[in-house]
Amino acid sequence: MIEVEGVTKSFTLQNQGGAVLPVLAGAALSVAPGECVALTGASGSGKSTLMRMIYGNYLAPSGVIRVGGVDVSRAEPRAILQLRRETLGYVSQFLRVVPRVPALDVVAEPCLTVGMERAAAEARARALLTRLCIPERLWGLSPLTFSGGEQQRVNIARGFAHPYPALLLDEPTASLDEANRETVLRLVEEAKARGVAIIGIFHDRAVRTRLADREVDVSGFAPPGFEGAA
Amino acid sequence: MTGMPLLRVAGLSKSYGRRVGCTDVGFDLWPGEVLGVVGESGSGKTTLLNCIGGNLAPDAGKVVYDTRADGLRDTLAMSEPERRMLMRTDWAFVHQNPRDGLRMAVSAGANVGERLMAVGARHYGRIRGAALDWLERVEIAAERIDDRPAAFSGGMQQRLQIARNLVTGPRLVFMDEPTGGLDVSVQARLLDLIRGLVRELGLSAIIVTHDLAVVRLLADRLLVMKDGRVIEAGLTDQVLDDPQQAYTQLLVSSVLQV
Repeated sequence: MIEVEGVTKSFTLQNQGGAVLPVLAGAALSVAPGECVALTGASGSGKSTLMRMIYGNYLAPSGVIRVGGVDVSRAEPRAILQLRRETLGYVSQFLRVVPRVPALDVVAEPCLTVGMERAAAEARARALLTRLCIPERLWGLSPLTFSGGEQQRVNIARGFAHPYPALLLDEPTASLDEANRETVLRLVEEAKARGVAIIGIFHDRAVRTRLADREVDVSGFAPPGFEGAA
Repeated sequence: MTGMPLLRVAGLSKSYGRRVGCTDVGFDLWPGEVLGVVGESGSGKTTLLNCIGGNLAPDAGKVVYDTRADGLRDTLAMSEPERRMLMRTDWAFVHQNPRDGLRMAVSAGANVGERLMAVGARHYGRIRGAALDWLERVEIAAERIDDRPAAFSGGMQQRLQIARNLVTGPRLVFMDEPTGGLDVSVQARLLDLIRGLVRELGLSAIIVTHDLAVVRLLADRLLVMKDGRVIEAGLTDQVLDDPQQAYTQLLVSSVLQV
């Protein structure tokens, strides 16, 4: 479902004397439906970078990144937009809050975007918000004033609203308490059972052990001369 | 992916004497897509918008639009009456200053209603009904329908301009700094409205702005302009999160985080 081959990435800071930051060289991995692969490696080794490249958020100038048959590294913007609507979900570490949009609408949006009826989309959103212990009195409010944990739970609810066949999870259980962490773990396990291909970054070893079928150490893709720099 | 772009712009150039407005700009716009055009003052973004939108005649280039009735047509090669009909029906232009896009001498309801009349609507009751419906959608209280726009706040005037533009059901909307000059809280409300309408109506839009937060919120794709040229283009989040060109990196890093 997800295939990465020969992917290299560096960042060039044009306005700081052209300083080049190489991050990845020859990155490769593949994830089958129903599998959960955990990206590991020290902070700064390129885990989030790789994840963002798979999502098409960062450019991939060389190599191949295929999700559900679409080569993200070469696809037209609108093909990537369609992929993100229908096929590939991404739960980032932080909720990007849009002013004035109530939590219920935030969660319902991915369903509405693929054409679900508003009533059905809202029902789905309510079910997820309930499961993630966001009290009903908060559903009509913008997450702007929510706590970090509450915002993250809204973020997760949104990530699981539409049944994507592939999911990217960046620290989904960070800032969650015991009970809510358990809920998220169950959500991920249910997704796996449905055949969803998942790539995750989980700093917590217990979470990793529970969810990951395999681990890929991203520091193995450190560019030449940069091994063990972290 | 199959299908035709809704709009294909190629080789668009406009100069003001020796001063370059925009040079050799080209892009495709697909149905339901929002394209942001960002750049600082003097980048050529407003010139570009006015050339495509029919307010300015460019020196060179093509603007090929997929019309409903006649297939693909180069709007620059259309006759004046044809182009004006297009601009009244399928297209809409939201000006930065709402006064440029409203008739200040008639009521709010008339501002919305006369657009319908211009495309042949005759039944007064239905026209007024449509006007009321649209005022509600842009969150203007129904009892203001007979007030003149001069009595409205800036944000309200802008929302009225949007209603006036969208009542004819256009497929392509041009917006020039739609939140420029508005208070921050008013901007948030307006952006929320635009976002909702674009999604609900499946509109395509080209939005010119210097405000990166606006494009982050509204645009699927982004063109970055500098000195009349497009220097970078791509998915909005990709251009803002992984900018390649020096100027784009500078623009992105200059935005203050709140």
